[in-house]
Parts: sequence; C-alpha cells; structure tokens
Amino acid sequence: MSFQSNIPDGPLKEKWTKHKFDLKLVNPANKRKYNIIVVGTGLAGASAAASFAELGYNVQAFSYHESPRRAHSIAAQGGINAAKNYPNDGDSIYRLFYDTIKGGDYRAREANVYRLAEISNNIIDQCVAQGVPFAREYGGLLDNRSFGGAQVSRTFYARGQTGQQLLLGAYSALIRQMGKGTVQFHPRHEMLDLVLVNGEAKGIITRNLVTGEINRHSANAVVLATGGYGNVFFLSTNAMASNVTAAWRAHRKGAYFANPCFTQIHPTCIPVSSEHQSKLTLMSESLRNDGRVWVPKKKGDNRNPSDIPEEDRDYYLERLYPSFGNLVPRDVASRRAKDMCDKGHGVGNTGLAVYLDFSDAIQRLGRDAVSAKYGNLFDMYQQITGENPYETPMRIYPAVHYTMGGLWVDYNLMSNVPGLFVLGEANFSDHGANRLGASALMQGLADGYFIIPQTIGNYLSEKLNETVSIEDSAFSSAENDVRERAEKLLSVNGSRTVDDIHKELGKILWDNVGMSRESSGLNEAIQKIPALREEFWNNVRVPGNNESFNPELEKAGRVADFLELGETMARDALNREESCGGHFREEHQTEENEARRNDEGYTYVAAWEYQDGAPPNLHKESLNFENVSLTTRSYK
Amino acid sequence: MQITLKVWRQSDANSPGDFVSYPVDNVTEDMSFFEVIDMLNDELVLRGEEPIAFDHDCREGICGTCGIFIDGRAHGPLQGVTSCQVHMRSFTDGQEIVVEPWRARAFPVIKDLAVDRTAFDRIMASGGYISVNTGSSVDANATPISKHDADEAFDAAACIGCGACVASCKNASAMLFVGAKVSQYALLPQGQPESKERVLNMVATMDDEGFGSCTNTGACESECPKEISLEHIARMNREFIKASLG
Repeated sequence: MSFQSNIPDGPLKEKWTKHKFDLKLVNPANKRKYNIIVVGTGLAGASAAASFAELGYNVQAFSYHESPRRAHSIAAQGGINAAKNYPNDGDSIYRLFYDTIKGGDYRAREANVYRLAEISNNIIDQCVAQGVPFAREYGGLLDNRSFGGAQVSRTFYARGQTGQQLLLGAYSALIRQMGKGTVQFHPRHEMLDLVLVNGEAKGIITRNLVTGEINRHSANAVVLATGGYGNVFFLSTNAMASNVTAAWRAHRKGAYFANPCFTQIHPTCIPVSSEHQSKLTLMSESLRNDGRVWVPKKKGDNRNPSDIPEEDRDYYLERLYPSFGNLVPRDVASRRAKDMCDKGHGVGNTGLAVYLDFSDAIQRLGRDAVSAKYGNLFDMYQQITGENPYETPMRIYPAVHYTMGGLWVDYNLMSNVPGLFVLGEANFSDHGANRLGASALMQGLADGYFIIPQTIGNYLSEKLNETVSIEDSAFSSAENDVRERAEKLLSVNGSRTVDDIHKELGKILWDNVGMSRESSGLNEAIQKIPALREEFWNNVRVPGNNESFNPELEKAGRVADFLELGETMARDALNREESCGGHFREEHQTEENEARRNDEGYTYVAAWEYQDGAPPNLHKESLNFENVSLTTRSYK
Repeated sequence: MQITLKVWRQSDANSPGDFVSYPVDNVTEDMSFFEVIDMLNDELVLRGEEPIAFDHDCREGICGTCGIFIDGRAHGPLQGVTSCQVHMRSFTDGQEIVVEPWRARAFPVIKDLAVDRTAFDRIMASGGYISVNTGSSVDANATPISKHDADEAFDAAACIGCGACVASCKNASAMLFVGAKVSQYALLPQGQPESKERVLNMVATMDDEGFGSCTNTGACESECPKEISLEHIARMNREFIKASLG
C-alpha cells in the first residue's frame, strides 16, 4: 500500500515532461510478455486499451455492454475543451489549467490539472486524425464555442453529440486492435471482484451476463475505467446500468475512495414528470450560450410564459453574475435554480423548474441557425415533454450528472493498491469539487490515450514474469465470494423489488446529500442508510437464477454496493465542514448565499479506507498550491 | 390509461418463443414506453414470474442499446426516435401494443426482446477505422475540410448501430449501417489511404455474417432513428465499384 501522490518535483510546466523521462520503460520486445486487464470500454477504457495494444501489450478488455460503443460516454453532448487558442481570444495552457483549478474550487492537484491542460491539444489532433467529424467553419477549419466557467471559446464540438463522436473514435481505435487480435474483448461481462496477491492487483472475477458463468482472469495489472456513481441517487442523467460495483469491489479490497461527496448536479435537465420516472435527461450546457434563464418575479405567477412581460421576469443569473451571466459554472447555476424554486418562483406543475428561453436567440440568429446548433437537443426535449422549445421556453431543473469523487490515485493514476490503475470518471483526480463543462471528455481521453500508456510501464517494468495462475488460492477464494453473494441475493425472496429499494435510497440521498447539505440531514442519512441496507438483505426479491441472463440479479448486486457507498458519501459530506464546488453545506455560506470554503481546515483530499463492519477510516492528502493563490471564487 | 402489452417471450436462443399478453393499468401519457415495461416487470417479480428481458441503457436515444418492434415498426410509431424515447402519449387508452425483438438471422435472440448484435462489431473490426496510432497525428487544423463535406460525414457518423435498418429490411441487409461508416470516411481526407481495403473488407464481412443483400426498398432509411440517408449506400456502392476495378 502506498498513499503518496508522487507528484514530480520541479516547476509546474516541466513536471510532466521531466516525469516522462524519469519513468522506467518496458522494452518493445518485452511488452508482449505482459497482460493488462481493462475494465470498462468507454472513452477512458477504450482509448487506454487501444493505446496499450498499439504499444505491444496483450490486452483483455471487459464491458457489461454488448459492444464498447454503448458506453455512457456516448451521451456527452456539448463538447471537449482544449487550449488551442484557434479563436485568438487569449487562451493558453495556463489559462485552461487556471480555469479548471478555480472551477474545481481549489480542491484538485495543481500538477494533475496542469498536465490535463497540456495534453488537451494532443487529444484534438488525435481525434481529427481518427476521422471524428468536429464542427467546422466555412474556411474548413475547426469551430469553437463557449462553455460555463470560462471567458474564452475553447470547446470543440460535433453538434450536440460530441461524446458520441469521440467515443466512436476511441471505439474505432479499439476495434482495429480487436480485429488484429491484440485486444481480446469480453462483451456482456461484469467485473464482480478484484483479486489481490501479496497486496497487489493480479486479476479479476467476472460474470458472463448471458450465461451466468463465473470466470477468473489473471494479469500483470488491472485498469478500471468504469465511470461514475451518480446512479446511487436512482434518478440521474447516467445510463440505467451505470454503477459503482467495480470501483466498490476494489474499495472493499483496500483501494481508498476519495471525496465521495463531490457530486455534480447539472443545472439544465428536463424536470421530473412522473413517479415512474426511470432516469433524467440532460439538456447540454452549451444551450446556456444562447438560452437565457429566468423565473417570474412574482411568486406563484402561473401565467403562460409568453404572457409574462419583460418587466415581470427575473433573469437572475444575469442579475447576480453580470460578467459570466448565464455561463456561470454548474454548481452555481444549480444552486441558484434551487434557491429560486425554494423561494416560490419555480414554474411548471411541480414548481420545481425554471425557464431556459431561446426567443432572443431565435430573433437574433434566426430559427435555422439555432436549429443547426441545437436541433437534436430541441427535438429530444420535445420528444420527452411534448412541448416545442422553438415556441415556448424550456423548463429545466438540476439533476445529478457527474461524480468528481472516485477511487484515489497518485500522479501515475495508480491507486494505493499496487497494480490497480483507475481512469476517467472512476478516479477522483482532476476536477476537485466541481467539474467544468466539456472537461469530462478531455480527462477521459487524456487518461486513456496519453497518461496511462506512459505511466503503466513504470510499474510493469519490475513485474516481468510475475504472472499469477488462476489456480492460485486468491482466485478461488474471490470466486467463492462472488458465488456466495449471488446465491445470497437470490435466496432472500422477500417482498420488495430492487428498484423499489433503490428509489428509497435515492430519495434519502437527494434530500440529505444532494444540492445542499447540513449536519442534521447528514446524520439522518447515516442512520437511515444502514437500516435500508438491512431491509435490502432481508426483504429484497430477486427472481430467476445465477445460471442465465438475469438483469434483476445484475441490478441487485449493483444496488447492494450503492447501499454501502451512500453511507460513505454522507460521512464524507459530514466530515467536510466547508462549502466548496458541488458540496454546499448550509452552515457554511456567505451573506450572499455563496459557498464559504475553509482553506485552513480542508485543503485536502479525503481518502476513505474501507473497514468491514465499521465506519471507514479517513486518510488526508493535503493539497499544496504553489502557482495559484486560493481566492474566493467570483463570477460576478 | 389502461393498455395491453402483447410481448414476445423466449427463454433463450435455442428455445421456441411465443406471445404473452399483459394488461397494464395506471399508465400515464408522460411515461416512456420503457417505464411501462419497468412497472410491469416490478409486478411480475412480485407475482413470482420472470420479468421481460430487454436491452436499454441511456434512455435518451444515443447509445443504440435499445431496439424493439413496437406494433410492427422498428422503434415504434414515430419518425426519427429510438424505442426508449417513445412516450405513452403516442398511444390511446385501451390499446393493445405488440412488442417483438429484432428479427434477423445475424441477430440471434438472447432472451425475450434482447438480441445479439455483435455481428456489427465484427464488421467494424474488418475496416471501420482509420489506422492511426495514438500520438502520431499532426495539428488538427493542418488539413482544412470543407464544411459541406464535414457536415455530410457527420450525418453518416450519427449512426448509433441499433440495428433497426437490418430489422426492418425484408432481406435483413446491413447496407445502411455499413454504408454510413464507409461514407463517413470516404468524405474525409483522413479516410482516403485505406478506402479500397475498407469497403471491400467490410462488405465481405457483412456477407459472411449472414446479412442479406440490398434491393433498394428504402425501409432502412424510413425506420432509421437517426434518419441516415440512402445516399450513403449509394456512395458505398461507388466506393465498392472503384475499389473492385482498381
């Protein structure tokens, strides 16, 4: 176990370059002697698996989907940031670094974020070379747009489907290696445990979701790229199957879970409409470039929006934050929307929505221009709500969208468990307490294409010929645990469905560990979640058996893990006596209801160690800022 | 609303299947079609019956995981949407709705409404990429691409690989799926160096996987949730002829 950040010495701008030189290498002829397991094949996993194979490693890739192209990275809409400064508007690597550190409310590592900004430009080059059809200007060069938390236009995009196009790019790189046989892809396989030998990650146990077969897989290193845990809330913008299981199984085996309370609530989602709602749908942040957010000035004003004259409207973001206006970061926009609704200005049947209005933009640019930019989003909105956003303002409300927290990793993206690496949303590393828009795609691809292919060699170089047989007792005991757990889930035969209990967990978390938190609510969650966990293990009903295609059994295993994670999130939120980014504690706010950080007490990463049958142990990694000064974030 | 779902049930690829009717109460028009299946599945679980297996994930029309026949049409009665985006306001109180899996030899049924579409991945693995290793690319703006070509390439690249084109084709042809990928790369300068091998290999794999031939009926285009145009099939045919002659 090692809990050192391993940030290289030297000036910020030279750290990564110097580090790459200092890393030990695996010689080209030896690479084929290593096996690497990659779990999850979204942006981070697919790009890593393809890049490993290009270098000459043997790769086993796993996904619970039927194909890598189904990963939830595909749903990212708005874009990907890079410091190209093509628009000549004053951008630079340092500015992208600075905006990201500030956007994260100074709770991320300077060195990691600087490296991310540095690599951002290579990502765009790589994707264009792969044939990703980014938006272009008439002159044939790439187009950029603005996103929240920045005053430059640095976001590259492919209509409202940037995630889809980038994922299909990474998928094409991966599938090329699959065709060559250098990557063996295991579709519809879910990782259910991590195997440790002498404290190092040496393999995984999987379940074939079609046949129910449990398999052992051995390797020299295990890479998790399994996404975020937003579905712990039941309702989120995540895909239905997105889950924490792989990360949580690793956590139970000793990997620290960092900053679990840092969850992002996205301001522009379609509001909840029925009690049977199964998920929430995001409307891209890019819409805030041209849409104006407002609520009626008068409480409970239920006139049709078009009947409410200008003077009766409160464009509250433009009023409160004149310099950033509608493009304030997500955490600020979300909290203000909640605030307006709590004060009685909300719109729609539930009063839990604000307007996002395009009439000015349509007047200024014309309907066709607006449609070219956002057409697919407008169509999606109309499909879900039955209302036409070209004619009436969209109704939006915040929803859980992304999780900044995740497994703790060092500068090499290795967890405290040697041989276990974590990429993309599954790790905690780059976004601090709040992620800026268009930065998730950037981080996933930076980790997968450009960082892990360099850093993994440093670990592997000393592990030549250290392959463990799957007959080893560590594998058989992990396999046994997996089988026993499935049997236990199937044998409860109680009276509540998995979704029913999951919804109850989601409500506890949304009410107490959601957009704003305070100690009594957090303590309540810490009481209620263990009780619900008891209820789950005594009263859940999982039909069918383990030896067949059984989606209810899959869900049950994931919800069992969410029921543990939820409690740790509440404990982390209770521990952090400050407001920062997406973590807003009622007790810690300014007179203007802005977040009040406590830099003296909490400039650290909270890394939690799992304890069987007891609350987790807290380990602190203090964050040192040598280049930026910690100021109160202001977007006024 | 009260509706009846007449659902194809099949326990695995090797067992025969059949339709089973399920009345469902308390349906509201804001619910999505899948939320109705969720609600029915919860009831089935509590009654001790097997829930209906169906593939779905993002539920916002982009991942391509879902795909079922709803009342005889791929992805249901609406134009340009996936099954997950069909809402109950498209149906009427008391309606019986027939629900079936994709039917094509190349897409064997896994269970109920879930099918195996890995044949698509095997087609892609035979040429659906540009061979560029990580780190070996030039500046993104080094090669200007006309906006018109870039936009058209995007239209092709919007394919979500759901398989509706195959399922709605009487020949179970995958020409629209393959055509979209070939066309995307054919329109871009990056795609040129491998253009010949790409189209020949992908077409050969498509045939090997058991997809049928194209007879230009256009069913694929009219049922494609992303409204991918037949023009991409035409462009693939031109690419194929060029590659075969040269």
